[in-house]
Amino acid sequence: MNRTSTPVDAPASGAWEELVTAALLGTERRTPPGGAPGREAPVALLDAAAEETVRRRAGLRAARAAGRPEPAAEDPRPVLPPAAARRLALLLADRPGTGGGGRRGTAPDLMELLPQWLAAANARGFAAPPQALPALLDAARGRTDLRPAALAFAGPRAVWLARLNPDWRFALRATPGGGAAMPHPEDTEQTRCLWEEGLFAERVALLSAIRAREPAAARELLTTTWSAERAEDRLMFLDSLRMGLGPEDEPFLEQALADRSRNVRATAAELLSALPGSALAARMAVRAAACVAVDHTGDSPMITVEAPHECDASMERDGVVAKAPAGRGERSWWFGQLVEATPLGTWSVRLGGRTPRQIVALPVTDDWQSELHAAWCRAAVRQRDPEWARALLGTPSAPEAGGPGAVSLAERAKLLGTLSAVERADWVAGFIAAHGLSEAFQLLGVCAVPWSAPLGRAVVDALNIARDAGSYPWSFSGVMGLAERCLDPSEASRLDGLLAIPDETEDASPGAGGYWAEAFQRLVRTLRLRAAMAEELGA
Amino acid sequence: MTQQGVRWSAEQVLALAPDAASRKAGSKLGAAGPWSEAGSSDEGTVWGQCKGSGSKPYRTVVDIADAAGPAYRCSCPSRKFPCKHALGLLLLWAGGDGAVSAGQAPDWAEQWIEGRRQRAEQKRTAGASASSSGSGDPEAARRRAERRAERITAGATELEQRLADLLRGGLASAEQSGYGLWEETAARMVDAQAPGLAARVRELGAIPSSGPGWPVRLLEECALLHLLDQGWLHRDALPDGLAARVRSRIGLPGTADGPPLRDRWLVLAQYDTADARLTTRRIWLHGTDSDRTALLLSYGAAGRAPELALPVGLTLDAEVSAYPGAGQLRAALGEQFAPPAPSVTRPPGVTAARAAARYGEALRDDPWLDSVPVTLDRVIPIPDGDSWQLADADADAALPLTPTARTRTGLWRLVALSGGAPVKVFGECGHRGFTPLTAWPEGAGEAVQLC
Repeated sequence: MNRTSTPVDAPASGAWEELVTAALLGTERRTPPGGAPGREAPVALLDAAAEETVRRRAGLRAARAAGRPEPAAEDPRPVLPPAAARRLALLLADRPGTGGGGRRGTAPDLMELLPQWLAAANARGFAAPPQALPALLDAARGRTDLRPAALAFAGPRAVWLARLNPDWRFALRATPGGGAAMPHPEDTEQTRCLWEEGLFAERVALLSAIRAREPAAARELLTTTWSAERAEDRLMFLDSLRMGLGPEDEPFLEQALADRSRNVRATAAELLSALPGSALAARMAVRAAACVAVDHTGDSPMITVEAPHECDASMERDGVVAKAPAGRGERSWWFGQLVEATPLGTWSVRLGGRTPRQIVALPVTDDWQSELHAAWCRAAVRQRDPEWARALLGTPSAPEAGGPGAVSLAERAKLLGTLSAVERADWVAGFIAAHGLSEAFQLLGVCAVPWSAPLGRAVVDALNIARDAGSYPWSFSGVMGLAERCLDPSEASRLDGLLAIPDETEDASPGAGGYWAEAFQRLVRTLRLRAAMAEELGA
Repeated sequence: MTQQGVRWSAEQVLALAPDAASRKAGSKLGAAGPWSEAGSSDEGTVWGQCKGSGSKPYRTVVDIADAAGPAYRCSCPSRKFPCKHALGLLLLWAGGDGAVSAGQAPDWAEQWIEGRRQRAEQKRTAGASASSSGSGDPEAARRRAERRAERITAGATELEQRLADLLRGGLASAEQSGYGLWEETAARMVDAQAPGLAARVRELGAIPSSGPGWPVRLLEECALLHLLDQGWLHRDALPDGLAARVRSRIGLPGTADGPPLRDRWLVLAQYDTADARLTTRRIWLHGTDSDRTALLLSYGAAGRAPELALPVGLTLDAEVSAYPGAGQLRAALGEQFAPPAPSVTRPPGVTAARAAARYGEALRDDPWLDSVPVTLDRVIPIPDGDSWQLADADADAALPLTPTARTRTGLWRLVALSGGAPVKVFGECGHRGFTPLTAWPEGAGEAVQLC
């Protein structure tokens, strides 16, 4: 309080100043004020200073209050149940760098469970306990993937806090308008004002928000300033039309095909090709269909491919990139782009009324199969066509599904994304049952959490087989980690048989059994913990 | 009393952890997975078997009913105290999800508890007989005390000389002489068996490098040291209460022989400070009925947690005896009549102006006092430049936070809890400002630890 409050009476403060000066210089050079008779000068100075110090301290008073901050907005969400609040504190206490490290042992990795916990808490609409916000914001600061869920859970008070602590500035960036309220949907004047004068991030957030509510309104807002925007900004704004894309967007996108910027043109073409009814899609269909035909001259029908000989101006206008990347033939490059942008419905008509499955099964001449199938994959993903995706994925147990076939693992994962959650899980379960876990990581990543019963069982069985085969568990640490987070907690009881250390067989790696038991124990513990977490949140 | 009613919270359990690594390891063991045969009894015993890396599970028992805080026993080889198993077991118990069932303790747990009870009983009877028969030879003890008083008098006189020399040459020279001079003087005070003087002298050495305004702080501390020397040298002329304060400030041991006060003592705060030699734990208690505040001190060797641990927010039905000295808040925990139980009571609070006045009044009894414990009612943390203050919600008065409080993470918990609205804050209020230690939200809600 020294700094801000005044001592009891001002003259005393002058006396104190003189004492300090005398003390600093020494009583040999400066005689202190007062000075009792019979006392040596330094002792008299100490006497006076002691009296003055206690007097100053005893006379301290409260200071004037500085400007009070605006209170944080009320958080109307219900309070977290006490058990869940304690769990959150535990999860947040398990921060990286708080000791430990090294081998994980059998203890669950609590930090990895935080995303799930946040998702469950957000799904039930609970408010964050205010005292947990600093730890939560610190966690989100270190992990950008946590930020959306953490900030949604943290609510308005986190934004309020972030204005006071520069470490948490990211919370302001993530919130549209730096925490400034989004204009009301009906308030067109304010919307226009923010759109015309706002910062880039604010404008993108505004556009996305309107697009989510009313797609046409967002497009109209964009049209008002489109020609005046910078090329990079046009690209970002165009990209936000991806959400809620529909046939009504076609005229605008057609116009963007003539844009000055090549990237804007390419994006417009990509968006148009995702609209099977668009004129661009029809033009691409005509071009692609001219390249592909069924040849009946042989013993059995075959697909023949005649790739385009040139990339003319009209193709380029429709988004075809003329220059092939290094190492690729120009013609196959153009061909791939044409097929990719062609509505998949075209092919049934073009290839003798066959179903997608029959078309994919047809042999292709002259090594064009991988090029053609890869392009169909991209088209199926872009047009979100489950029937074609199913045909291209094939049966999961087919031998080529595991090997380096025409369709890569990454493409498969994308194709799976077009299927329903149940179908996806069943396909991956079948794949794991036939091919084991070594290739499954990427595919498991697209499956819905928690895993369906058949998928969970397939993973556990495969882990069991891997253990019996005598390899070390860390060869499967990726899948193990996923299983800890994604396996349905109700499966925990099925794992009980795996917790014991098996007898070591001759061909097993030394000590592997113990490590497997440890890994399974951690899996079971984590599952139990997740079950407890869900229960605490009233799931 | 049933144990179901007095489960602790996870924060209270984690406050027992000796360090951050134990806290982390313990919280991982706070799930049902590795535990078997876990249970708790009405007498305040919690036990369980924890599957570790070995073939035999570790057997862990905790006695939470003990007056001196929980006692632990675990068959694991860890030298941490409490070990992660004990922490995990208590967390499991605190979680209250049925993993720890009420029941009869198994033999291995019962044996240990029985042994503890017996030892405690023996100690009590031994203590009673020792005090009745008197300790040793009173004549020899008196001579020892006299010899020590002579040494201290010699030390205090020497210190007076050194302070006078310093003031004669000027404090400006202290900036150049650095730590060396003070370390040597401190060592002389240790020889003089005046640890209180030694500690104050050692602190003087750090002041010249403590930033702007150091001459003022150095003069203040030199003057207070001089005052303490003079107090000792003229202790016969002082009133009894003040003379007792001087003795305890000098570092003479005292015994908590004040009359025992039984009350429901709410644990307001617990925090540790450590230097190279010693970890000091301070626990602030507030008597619900007597409205008295008491300070329990507990020490641990460097790097080890002191044994006494009382989680914030619990209430103890116990006796507390004060140490001698006017306005003395330090006390010793006596008999405890029931295990600590969670409580929703909060200490009554005062305004910022009243808190500042209370510090001033306390200086009458103890002019060397740095701060007093005080609860502030309805205050709002407010940023003030690069510092913070706690301002009355209903008046234009505020207490600045101390420089140490400004850098603690607890500050942000306080700010988050408040959100710009009034909160109740317990802390230490002194000449450096206010150090918040515990806060309560305006509405319902548990105590939030800030230290």
